[in-house]
Amino acid sequence: MVKVVDVVDKLNAKVICGKNGLNQDIDFGFASDLMSDVLTLDTDNLLLVTGLNNLQTIRTSEMSDISFILFVRDKKVSQEMKELACENNITLIECSYSMFKACAVLYEMGLEPVY
Amino acid sequence: MGMKFTFVIEGGNFSKAGTASSEVKKILKQLNVDPKIIKRTVVSLYEAEVNVVAHAFEGNMNVEIFPDKIVVRIEDKGPGIPDIDMAMQIGFSTATPEVREMGFGAGMGLPNIKKNSDRMNISSTINVGTQLEIVNYLK
Ligand SMILES: Nc1ncnc2c1ncn2[C@@H]1O[C@H](COP(=O)(O)OP(=O)(O)OP(=O)(O)O)[C@@H](O)[C@H]1O
Ligand SMILES: [Mg+2]
Repeated sequence: MVKVVDVVDKLNAKVICGKNGLNQDIDFGFASDLMSDVLTLDTDNLLLVTGLNNLQTIRTSEMSDISFILFVRDKKVSQEMKELACENNITLIECSYSMFKACAVLYEMGLEPVY
Repeated sequence: MGMKFTFVIEGGNFSKAGTASSEVKKILKQLNVDPKIIKRTVVSLYEAEVNVVAHAFEGNMNVEIFPDKIVVRIEDKGPGIPDIDMAMQIGFSTATPEVREMGFGAGMGLPNIKKNSDRMNISSTINVGTQLEIVNYLK
């Protein structure tokens, strides 16, 4: 179990919206740029790590009940994405690390893989 | 008699993809449906909605909600599916590079709808369009 606020701290990351989720604990991490893959998960309490920064990343998370998204590789969240995320109580975090480095840090912190 | 809703789906418009499924999610939440059933249902609807956006020209999502089940028909005008058995296989996809860039096109949507629905019926006519029916029990 990892606190979201600690993730932000360890990854030198920036919270874009959903600050009220920062004190929550997350159990699992899943990294993908492929929303087709994300949609097949049935894991609760998951952090999505992705470099895909479009509206469908937020839509996919909305449908899949994913409340935390970490954007890696310095991908920036657009205003539209931010608004949709706010509406759905999704916390968006931006970080400049590569996907590999971000995942290594998260694994080290104790976030568990889905499979 | 159930509650009926209809939503329009625009082919090719990825910025709007998911708006219909999102509306259905709000309605099911208001009806206090079990969150696990809501998730299964809206993931199925979203996969179907994205398929219309990605593969067809235009479509409709017709939703009927009964006390014990939700019945959704997604119908589109489009190229149709020549071989449904093949389309149902994991990994089969004719998605364009543009669709892949949006994070889709892995050939996983139709099998995922099957997994997340209690009943799924699909029929299609080449150069006319595709009809998909999804039924999920709410209790
Ligand atoms: N509404 C549709 N109209 C025309 N063809 C379709 C439609 N839905 C699916 N298909 C065809 O069936 C194939 C498989 O669909 P499926 O949803 O499983 O995968 P995909 O859409 O290609 O990728 P993914 O769903 O993983 O993003 C598609 O690539 C397409 O050829
Ligand atoms: Mg699909």
